[in-house]
Formats: sequence, C-alpha cells, structure tokens
Amino acid sequence: MAALLESLLARKVDLCKVLDWLKNVQQDSDRLAFNNPELTIHKQEFIPFLLNFLRDQSSQALTHGPATPAKTPTRPRPATSSQGFAEKRGCRSAGGGGGSRGASRVQLFSYSVSPGSESGPNQVSSPSFSATCSPASRSSGSERRPSQRISLGDYVVSSPEVPKSRRRSGNGAGRHVGGGRATHHLDDSSSRTSRGAAFSGTSEQVSPPSPGQLNFNNLEDFPPVGSSSVTPVGSKPSRRINPTPVSAERSHSKPKTCFTSTPFAKAPSPAPPGEALESPDRSATALSPRGLMEERELLKREKSKRAQQTFSPPPASAEPRTPTKSAVRAVGSKVTPDRQTPCPEPSQVTAASDLDILAELYCACISENLVPNIFLELFFVMQLLTSRSPNTSDNNDDDDDEEGEAGSVCVRNSDVLERHYLKQVHNCVYFAVKVLENQYQLLAHLDKCTLRLLAENERVASFSPGLRDRLSQAQDRSAARLSPCGSTFIHSVPFQPATDNRFNFSSDKAFHTFKKQRDIFYEVLREWEDFHKEPGWNFDVALGSRIRGMMSQLTAAGSHSHFARLFLKQLVQMCKGPRVNGSSGDAPDADLLGMMGADGLGRLKRLEERLIQPRGVGGPCPPPSFPGHQEFFRDFLQAASCCQLNQHLQDSLCQQLLQLDEVSILSPPAPVGERGHEAEEEGGDGDMEQQDEKQRFASVLLLARLLAKFLGFISFLPYQTAEKPSREIREAAVALRSKSVPVLDVCGVLRNSVRRRRTILTVPWLVEFLSMLDFTGPLLLGYRVVLGTLCLLYRKMILSRCGETSYLNKLLLVSVLGWLFQIPVIPEEVFFTSDFTEVAELEESNPNAAGLDCIPLVDQQLLYTCCPFLGEFRKLLAAFVSGSSAKGGGVVRKITPTSAEPRDAPGGGERSRRKLLADLEQAFFHNQPPSLRRTVEFVAERVGSNAVKHMKATLVSELVERGEKMLRDGLESPKANPPKLNESICAQLCEAGLDSLTRAARFCCEKSPEAVRILLPVETSPAVLATSENITIHLATEKACSWLSANIAALIRREWKCRYERVIKTLTADSLEEPGPPLTPRRKPGGARVTSCPPSCAHDASLPSDVLIAIKDLLSVAAGPRADEELPSGALLQTLFRTARDTLVCKKFLTAVSEQMLLNASVLLACKLVSGELPLAPRSGAADPEPCVRALLEQLAELWERDNCCCAPLHLLFTPLTVTAVLEAGDGEWNNFLYVVRRLVDRGLLSEEELVSHWTKLAKQIVPVELMEKFEHNKVSSSLPIQMNLLQLSKRTLEGAT
Amino acid sequence: MKLSRAEYKEIVRWTEQLRPTRQCMNVLKKRFPNHSQSTLLSIFSLEYQKRTKRTISRHHAPDVIESYYQRYLSEAVTRPSAPVLLELANEVDLSPALMARLILDRFLQNLEGETPSKLVLNSMLKEPSLIPDQTLAKNVYQCTVNDCCYGPLVDCIKHAIGQEHEVLLCDKLKEKNLSFLDENQLRAKGYDKTPDIILEVPVAVEGHIVHWIESKASFGDDHSHRTYLNEQFWSYWNRSRSSSYDRCSRSDPQPQKETPNYHQKWELVLKIILKGRCWLTFSMPDFPKLPNNDVIEAFEHQCSCPLILTRVAGKLESQGRYRHHH
Repeated sequence: MAALLESLLARKVDLCKVLDWLKNVQQDSDRLAFNNPELTIHKQEFIPFLLNFLRDQSSQALTHGPATPAKTPTRPRPATSSQGFAEKRGCRSAGGGGGSRGASRVQLFSYSVSPGSESGPNQVSSPSFSATCSPASRSSGSERRPSQRISLGDYVVSSPEVPKSRRRSGNGAGRHVGGGRATHHLDDSSSRTSRGAAFSGTSEQVSPPSPGQLNFNNLEDFPPVGSSSVTPVGSKPSRRINPTPVSAERSHSKPKTCFTSTPFAKAPSPAPPGEALESPDRSATALSPRGLMEERELLKREKSKRAQQTFSPPPASAEPRTPTKSAVRAVGSKVTPDRQTPCPEPSQVTAASDLDILAELYCACISENLVPNIFLELFFVMQLLTSRSPNTSDNNDDDDDEEGEAGSVCVRNSDVLERHYLKQVHNCVYFAVKVLENQYQLLAHLDKCTLRLLAENERVASFSPGLRDRLSQAQDRSAARLSPCGSTFIHSVPFQPATDNRFNFSSDKAFHTFKKQRDIFYEVLREWEDFHKEPGWNFDVALGSRIRGMMSQLTAAGSHSHFARLFLKQLVQMCKGPRVNGSSGDAPDADLLGMMGADGLGRLKRLEERLIQPRGVGGPCPPPSFPGHQEFFRDFLQAASCCQLNQHLQDSLCQQLLQLDEVSILSPPAPVGERGHEAEEEGGDGDMEQQDEKQRFASVLLLARLLAKFLGFISFLPYQTAEKPSREIREAAVALRSKSVPVLDVCGVLRNSVRRRRTILTVPWLVEFLSMLDFTGPLLLGYRVVLGTLCLLYRKMILSRCGETSYLNKLLLVSVLGWLFQIPVIPEEVFFTSDFTEVAELEESNPNAAGLDCIPLVDQQLLYTCCPFLGEFRKLLAAFVSGSSAKGGGVVRKITPTSAEPRDAPGGGERSRRKLLADLEQAFFHNQPPSLRRTVEFVAERVGSNAVKHMKATLVSELVERGEKMLRDGLESPKANPPKLNESICAQLCEAGLDSLTRAARFCCEKSPEAVRILLPVETSPAVLATSENITIHLATEKACSWLSANIAALIRREWKCRYERVIKTLTADSLEEPGPPLTPRRKPGGARVTSCPPSCAHDASLPSDVLIAIKDLLSVAAGPRADEELPSGALLQTLFRTARDTLVCKKFLTAVSEQMLLNASVLLACKLVSGELPLAPRSGAADPEPCVRALLEQLAELWERDNCCCAPLHLLFTPLTVTAVLEAGDGEWNNFLYVVRRLVDRGLLSEEELVSHWTKLAKQIVPVELMEKFEHNKVSSSLPIQMNLLQLSKRTLEGAT
Repeated sequence: MKLSRAEYKEIVRWTEQLRPTRQCMNVLKKRFPNHSQSTLLSIFSLEYQKRTKRTISRHHAPDVIESYYQRYLSEAVTRPSAPVLLELANEVDLSPALMARLILDRFLQNLEGETPSKLVLNSMLKEPSLIPDQTLAKNVYQCTVNDCCYGPLVDCIKHAIGQEHEVLLCDKLKEKNLSFLDENQLRAKGYDKTPDIILEVPVAVEGHIVHWIESKASFGDDHSHRTYLNEQFWSYWNRSRSSSYDRCSRSDPQPQKETPNYHQKWELVLKIILKGRCWLTFSMPDFPKLPNNDVIEAFEHQCSCPLILTRVAGKLESQGRYRHHH
C-alpha cells in the first residue's frame, strides 16, 4: 500500500492506471498488480491506508473541530513495505496496532485511550491511524497541562469516570445518567454534550486549549456584552445581536427556555468543574423574571470569577498551539483575528503536483463510495479548508525535527511518503479546494447556507474562483426551506371507544386499573416535561418508583397491551415530527413560535444556531441519540424495565413497521423526462399531487424510522453493555443467541426491499434499527448478512452514476449508511474486510418493478431531517467565518432578530388570536369522532387541490392566451425584440397571476361546505356541521393559497414558456417553409395562416394527401419518362385544380405542412404546363390546346390568389430550370409564360419589385449564350400589346442589372 | 375489399421485383385490381423500405458511390436529355430518391471540397432548382418526383396521411360519444410520450378493456406491429396503464399479486386495419403478457360498422391470417 502510494508520488506508476483500478467495478479488480509483479494490492487495504495517510499528514494542520478519523480496521498485514515505512516514521506511528480493533476505535469512540499508550510496549508498526499521530495525539498534550483547560468540553469529556451509557444516549441521557456533572451545559451546547460523550477519549483535541495569547480577563479582547465596544487591534467589531426580552409570563408546564436568555446562560461555560456545575443553570432559571441588566451583571461577575480561577498566563510553550477559533469563541462572541494563522496563498503551495495526485486518488475513493462515509471525508476536507495551522517558521513540532522547514523539506526528503504534504495551511487549502472542485456535484446538494458560506469563503475564492462562482450559482438554485412545524398542542391520545371502552377489557377491574394508569402516565409525562431540564433532576429517582408501581398494577390487571398501545400512540404523536429528529432537543416551544410567525421562526432558528455554533461543531457522525421527547419514552422504558410491556411493544412495533414498509407511494403522473428532472432540481415545483405524495412519503419514512429505533432499542436492551465485552464473552454470546429467532427478519425485509426497489424507504429505518445494536449483535449471522448487504448496497450506490434513482434519493441512502458504518457498535470490519460481505449477497432488483427508488421522493428538507448531522458543515464553516478576521474568512451576515411583541400589542394579539384559533380547532376535533377530522381534512385537501387545478385550467390558460395575443401584437411592430417582449409579457402575466389567490379562496368557500355536508352523517348537529364547514374552508383555502403563492408564478412562467416557444416556432416555421432565394416573395408579410374552415364548410373536400398524390403523379409524368397515354387531358386538370382549391379551403384535414406542399406542387405543375413539359393529351377534336393551357394557368392563379392560401412559392416560376425549359420550348410557351406572369402581377400576387429581382437573378443565371440571346430576342420581338408593360419593365431591369 | 394473408403474401411477392416508380405501381394495380391504390402503395412502401434496409449498405461503399457518380457524369454528357440517373437507380435497384441524394452529395463534395451539410442537401432535394448544375437539377428532380417510396414529396404525403387519419379517428370517437384526450391535450398535461388518443373512460371491446388508441397511417404488417410494439407501445403501456390503477396497487405493482380485477388473461391485441393503410392499436391493461400477433382484423372504414368493432370472427388460424370483412 505504502509502496503504491510511494510509486505514485514518485511518478513510477501511472495515476490513470490506479484511478482506473479504483474506479473499475469489474470482477477481479480488487487487486492491482503494478510494476512490481510480486506486489499486488487489495483495494480494501489501500483505501484505509490512503485515508490514514491523509489524516496523518494533516494532523499538524487540523487543530480545530472534532476529529474525523476514518474508521478503518487495523488487521494484521502482510509484511510489505509498509513495515519499513512505519519504522521510518518512528514514534509517530506509535499506538495500538497489532491488529487490535480497539486501536482505530479509539480514535472515534472509545473512552479508554491511555495517555501513556504512545510509549507503550505495543508499538507495533501499523500504517493505520494511531493514537499518537491522529489528532488525538493532541490530547496527550492537553492532558499534560490541566491548568490550561479552558473549554468546557474538556472538563466534561476527559473525566474518565463518566458512565459509559451516556455514549449511547447522546445529549439526552447525559443529563440524567451523567448526573449533575453534565447538566451545566445542557441547554447551551447540547451537541457538544453528545460529542463529549461520544468522543470522550479524544475530545481534548476538539477544542484544544488555547494556552497562549488570550487573556479572558482582558475586557478589551472580551468585553462583556453591553459595554461599549473596544475594538481590538485589527479586528472588526462583530455585529451585536441585541436581545429583546420576552415579557410573557409562561406557565410552568411549558418548556421554559426562552431563546433570548440562551446566550447568556451559555456564556459562562468554561468553569472549573465544581463551580460550573450549577451556576449557569441557576442563573438561567433565575433569569426570566429579571431584566437584562441583571443578566449582564451576572455574566460579568461570572466571567471575572472564572478568569481569576482559571486563567494562567501562557507559558512560552515548547509546543505553541494556535488558539483555535473554537477555543476563542467558546468564551465570547468577539471576533479576534488569528494573528498566527498565515493567510493561505496559492503561490505558497508546495508540491502541488503531488497534492494533485493525492486529491485525484482521494476523490476517486469518495466518488466510488470506497470510503465508509463520504460525508466524513467531506467534513475532513472542509476542516482542511478551514485549517489554521501555525506558521511553521516559529513552530517546531516536538516529535519531528524536520518539520521546521516543512516547505522546503519536501524536495529534499528522499522518502516521498515522509514529506509533509499537508502541514502547511497553503497546501491544506490547496488540497481541500481541489477535492471540493472535484466533488462539486455533492456539494451542490448541500443546504443553501453551507453553499453560501463556502462561496463566501475567501480561501475558496483565492484558490479557485471558478468553484466560488459555481457555488454561488448553486446557492441560488438550492432550496432550503424551513418548514414551521405544527404545534403539538394536544399531547394526549384521545379516548377511543372502539379500543378503549369496557368491552375491550377482561374485567371491570382491569378496565378501571387501566383508567388510572392512563392518568398516571400523563402525570409522569407532564412532570418530565416540567422538570427534566432542571439541574439535578433524575428520571429514575423522580419517576422510577411511580412507573414501576404502575407497571405492577398493569401486570396485576393484565392490561399491558392497552398500555402498550397508548404508549406507542403517544410516542408517535409527540415524536414523529421532523423537529424532534432535528439536532436540538429543546426546540423553541410552540407558544413562542406561534407568536413569531413562520418568518420570525426561520430567523430565530438561524440566530439560535449561530449562538450555539461555536461549541456546536460535532462532526458528521454523532452517535445515535434520542432527542426531544424521545428521551422520555426511552427513559420510561428503562425505568419501567417491564418485560411484558416490552414484549407487547415489540409485537406492535414490528407489525406497524412492516405495514409501513409496504406502504405505497404514487409515482408522479408524468414520470421522468426532462421536465420531471427539472422539477426535482427546482425543488418541489411539482404538481400538487406530487408534493402530497412526497409529503406522505416523508411522513411514512420519519414514522418508520422512529418506530424502528424504538424497536431496536427494546430488542437489544437486554444485551446492552457499557463496555465492549471481550472476544470470548462475545463468542459465547453469539453461540447462545444464534439459537433464538430475532425479533425482525431483517435479512428478509432488506432482500425484499432491494428486489422491489423500495430501499429508499426500507434502508433508512433499517439503519435506525441497526444503530441500536449491542456489541455482540453484529456478529450474529442475520445481522452480519444485513450489514454486509447494506455495505454492498452502499458501494453500488455511486452518486455520480446516473441511474434510475434520483440523486437525492441516493444521497439519503449513502448518508444514512455512512453514518451507520461509523457508529460505535458496528464493527469496522464491515466495510474494509470481506468478513461481512462474503456472507451477503445483493440480489438484482427486478427491472420491471417500478418501485419507490425510481421516484424522486427525497428533497433536501427530508435529507436534512433524516441526517441532521449534515448541518455540521454549515457549523464548521460558520465557525471559521466568525473566528477569523475580515480578511481570513467571509462575511458574517446580520440576522435581525424579530422581537416578540407583548401579547396585548396589536400585532401580537393577531398572532395569538390565530394561534388560539388553531388550538380551538384542534380541541374541536379532539372531542369529535376521528372520522370527522378525517373527512374535514380529506375534503379540505381535495377542494384545495381542485382550487389549484381550477386556477390552472382557467386563470392560467386565460393568461397564457392573453400573453399570446400580446406577443403576436408585439411582433407586428417592425423592431420587435422577441426575447425582451417575452420577458415583459411574462412579468405581466405573473403579476396578474396573483389574482389566483382570491379566486382560489372564493372557489374553496363555495365548494367546501357542500362536500362536507354530504360526507358527514346526517345526524351531525348544526353547530358541529357549521364549524366543520368553516374549518374545511379555512384549511382548503390555506392549502390552495399557500401552493399558489409559492408556485403560481413558476407555473405561469412554465406554461408561458411553452406557449411562447410554440408561437415563435410556428412563426419561424412559416418563414422557413419557403427556403429559396432571399427575396422570396411574401405576399402578406406577417399574414397568419388561416386555420379555420369557412363557416358553412361541410368538410367534404378531398383529403390533402389524395390531392397531393394525384399532383405528384402528374409531376412525375411531366418529368418523364412517360408513355403518351399517361398525359392528362385539360378537363382532368381542371377537375384536379378545382379539387385542390376545395381542399385548400377546408382546414379540417389540412396542416401547415400539407398546405404548403400543395401550393408548392401546384406551382410546379404550373411550371410544367407553361413550359410545355407536360403537354395536354390531344383532344379528340384536335383543337388547338393553347387556350386550354392558358385557362388552366388562369385557374391556378385564381387558386393562389385566394385569401386563404398565402405564400404560394411563385419564385419557382422564375428558376433557370423553368425559364430555360420555356425558352427551349418555343414562342408559344414564352408567350404563355409572359401571360401568366402578367396575370400574377395583375392579381397582385407578384409585386413589381419581386419581379425585378427575379428577372435580375435570371439574367445572371441563364448561362447558355444562345438561350440568353433568345431570352433577349424574345423580349424584344414580342409584340403583343398586352405584354408591352412587362417588356418595358424587364428591359429596364436588365439594363439596370448589367 | 378482401385481403387474406395469402393474398397479402402474393402482393408482397410481387413487390419483390418492382422498382418504386409510377410504372411499377401501375403494374401492381393491374395485377391486383381489387385493392385500392393506397393499400397497395402502403404495402409496397413497407416492403420496399425493408428491402432498402437490407441492401442500402452495399450502395454506400465509397467505391460504389464513385462508380455511380462517374457513370452519371459520362452518360449525362452523352445523353443530356435522357433520364440518366433514374435509369441508373432502377438498374442497380436503389430508390431513385436515394440515388439522387447520393449523387448530389458526391457532386457537392466536388464543388465545395467538403461534405455538404444535411440542411443544404435536403433543401436542394426539396427544391432542385437550387442545385447549381442544371442537368443534375433536372435529373434529381426526375428521381425524387418519380420515386413513390422515398423523397421529400413522399415524406410529406405520408405525414399528411397520418394527420388526416388522426382527425378521422377523432371524428369516429366523437361520433360514438367517447370522451377522450388527444395527443395535444395530453402533451399539455405534461405527458412525455403519448399515444394519439387516451380514452378518459375506458371502453370494453368484446370483453377487453381498451385504454388508448394509436393510429398508424400505414399498412399493419407483422413487421411494423413488432417494431411499433417495441418502440412505442411499451412506453405507452408503462404510462397510461397507471391511470387506471388503483391507488394502492400502483406504486409497486407486482404482477402476480394484482387484484383479480386486473388479472384476467387477455389473449389478444386488437389491431385494426383502416382503409388498408391505417391501423389502430388498442391497448389492454396487461399488454405485456400478450402474445403478439394473434389477431389482425381488417375492415373498411367507410363501411358502416362502428369503430369499436363488431367482432369479426373467432380466432385466426394459428399461422395468423388477416380476416376478411365487409
């Protein structure tokens, strides 16, 4: 492996060859035999090596953010050249090698990294990412300097005695299990907590202590909020976000974190453990009633106290570490320029070509899904991009003496792998930008904010302006919408007679017991809501005994099944929404949101995010967690530890899940095609029904994920251990557990799903289920097969290959699978060895099954809901921006917070009134049979949809018609500019389209009541009926209007675009129909083709095709060869011309093409007649045929003259071919020719100018001299008076022409 | 009008030796006076196209083209007024229009030194007076106008026939009071591939449900049935079938698990030959399961029988025979 990379970098191996090898998906491509025939390389070994190599290389530069080590196995390797390589690296490659899987695990998840391990005896050479050379190595540094600990995370996570179970629980569990210790930062840095729990072993590196240059006590550097700002040297003051107090008194039963107080509660985070435990929360709880001034005072005091305790002046460190922005910003929101970070410049990049090779290799691995988690790699790249490595000139790394001159050393160093490609920030950024350029397509699917941050990143701009431009464009396209989620106003599951009344219970006693248990359950729930964020509150202590008591009551009564149903319904009701799955467990409560309105909500979200960002960068692989209310249900189950309940829950979860997995989603009515793709790209500019189906899918998916997580939780609960058991124990457990049937046939479910192409639904929930596995679980055969299959699926899911699956569908799958492969319990062998894949097989999907995978169901919102960790990119970039001076990063946008108005203020009154109405509606439904609500919602949905359709059919088509008229009128004018005209018309139409809102509202008003009335039972009371009608109207209107206001413009634009193109096409087609000389006569410029029959038309004319066939026959007779008996008689021609005329009049069967062709053929026929090439059959009477020819020509002229046949291609009469034929034929023909030309001019079919131009051309074109003379002679010698005018004309013309 | 499979085969056999000229068409008409010119022309045209597909490559070899060109040049000088090119085409059994195209292409290469653009070539074939060489122009015109199977004029006629028969079809449907969406309406609705007609309310023809109708203004021989089936009809079936499917079975249709309603075994696709040259295909819901060529029915569209057919007869003989109908 090392040899391969070495050869590559030394240019001994062709990069293309290796890339092909990496990309090659054919069989037997696993090994690469390059120039050294004995050396064959396995992809499975090379890729982890490459990943580790890059990590290793960049370990110097990445001093910020969470570690992103790839989870790679360190299995014993054959003694290849890597051995030598590792030895050369000396102590840098220390750490747990020797095949211990713990070694790599350490880097991400494990708790037990002994600081001493770097010098431990087990220094087996291993190219894998070892504890010391990983970012984790920095941990040892910070361990040594406890006095410098400043960041909050350090305290929490480095405490070795933190109970293991927190790892699994994320932020939620940390609160309780971790006890008071963790509580002090619950509210302010939830993701940090989860990170802390997860990364405990390595967390110090996350926010490495910034020992040096910052004095937190210095009010200049860190002025307290509220004081007049003193600008530190070289830094721009950041914009202050002035909080506005919310004065509303809040009931105790509601979540009480109010966003305005959040930053202040958070601010004093770095505190010594003992001190920090309670003070922030104390202040937070004390906050609400107090004024802001008090808060500020408190904050100031807190800060100075801490400073005295913790701040020690930096020692002139032997290992100077640049303060990273996370450390800086953990303390204050002040932007401090990072003086030590050199500004990366493209000119300073060294070994660019080597970096190119590395980047190419790396990108190939990412693009081909050869890495276990592409987002982890992307995150790593972004870290490189935002890296702040110290200036090497004043930095001597203690473990590598060569690095002092890293820049130049690259050239000198003999071992290419020993060069420091990524030590310098210039190189890091160069490399990162290269990779980002390559992975642009992936980037383009990230959220708008991330794209903006990337586009505004100055490093990107200076290293690749092209990428920046593309990013800014993509940013405009990216649709990132924050949907305000509905409030969860009524929490309880309503009583339903069908399942809850007496008849469903075995005895009165059971019935009444359950009645009581229901009340206890809600009591417990409410109590949890009120108190779970209180410091020192412990679920088990506070509620445990009550829950267990309740369980024993249920057991006595035997009504566990009822409770299980209640429990699940409640779970679904409270946790299904996307918000719960979002990262923040303590979302702003519904009341507040109601007051803010959706607009303010978005801003609030962003503001909140920014405020917690500094500590929030957690990396793209958070461990599984139970955010929000899910925490309650998990803790409840743990506290209850009731096997009966668990069994009932399992049964019903299984059933519900499998039902959900079978759910059908309609494909959009007009599948695929250009348009479908566009619509997908535009993000939801689809049909309303399409959107509905998408929503339905999203809701099914989220529900299935929730249920699967709980099913997994319950199923594996008995086997959970805090520590990974030893190998022997696990093997024994496998032997034991493999005998019993697993709760869910995961293999079958997955196989079925792959075959039927429903992986987009199944895999995400399966991943949730599997993420709950215990340490032994993955070794059981069934789960091995599933994990192996998922791995195969992941590898097959190459994003850049366009398949039937849409990009976002694939992205979701790749993202969740990548996440799964990185979580602690899943063994790393899954990805990089064949241990798992060899037992698995990926069945070919049924090509005829039009499964869900083929429908573009996933949008960005769903992707981010399912994978909230994707938001980490944004946080990382934002952290970089806010941590750098103006020249180092981008711009910090101002978020103007909306202040919530007091409730009695007019605006607020309106808002709260609306909120109240919504609540009333909910309450109304709550007390009615569920069918009422279903009916109302159904009718509202249909009527709303119909309103939109009605608007499409009426208003939009009206508008488009109007637009066409405007366009045609506009094009009449001589200096019309079609594109401009198009735009202005389009704008006007869109403007007029707004009318649709009121019209749709009217439509809903009219239609809803009747439908509701018909569908509800006749006995429904008038009041209920009226209310239902009103709610229906309201819902329908809301639905229709929200769709219309978002989409009507796009719809009109699209329809108009079609129409515009059609009009323009027909216009140009009309003009193209007659190629010929540029001066082709257009009798009526701009005259439109008549498209309708005359009023009394009976449509009984001959079909155009028949006439065409007849004329074509004649033309071929004329062209010869022919027999004499084939010649037509004059009478026959007369009939034919009459038929042709009739056919041209009736438009029913006539198209533009056939009309033009008919005219064309008739002119050609005239040519043949006039030139005598088509002589008429001699009449029996042997009369002179000439008058008859003239009569026929007259008849044709009449035909062309008719108003409804414009643009007969009369120029054909003047082609050299025709005129030559006429001249050759004789005087009689020439006279006929002049006659017909004369008639055409007389009839106005041919203008004099046109005639002149034809004549002029002819004079130039008729080459044979004798004919030309004849042409001249004939003109002169013609003496018929009728021809005189024409002759004069032509003579003059000829003179002019020569 | 009667057309049995035997008779059809006879016509096909006759066309094998014919050239696509007016004279040959007349021969054909004389031989089969019972059949309309359009039927004969349609059959001949299809047969000739098949023949051309088989043989065209041998005319396209550069040395062959060169020899044609040189022959044309020399003969055009010696016999300036004779239909040189047309004779040459007939002699080597190449469609005159295609021959004209070859020669013109070669001529323009000489003139301009490079391969002419398709646009130029087509416009010159369409309007030979644009050709700079008058003798060639005459010859080209002679070829294109005499060819009854290829050439711009024939293309236009075919197009016109197609259009006209779609209008006729719509007329028939209206006459029968069937509500339908035509191609334009469907396109406006965003369909990417559409048959000519989709019935808004499916109708049953002899127990078979018909959803859509495609009109092909050409004779429906075995070959074209097969080709159209592959190229067009499957895609229609993939799309418009869904319109009739139940919501719950649509997203993920599993043929073996379909609801019994849709699981009847249709044995045939009705293919109707209209006026000898227009045939219509009606779709059945489970089109893919059908054996392809079971029944082909012929009838005269002027006759008073309704479009949705009265059943003509039972099954055809196993080798498949065109049914007669009056």
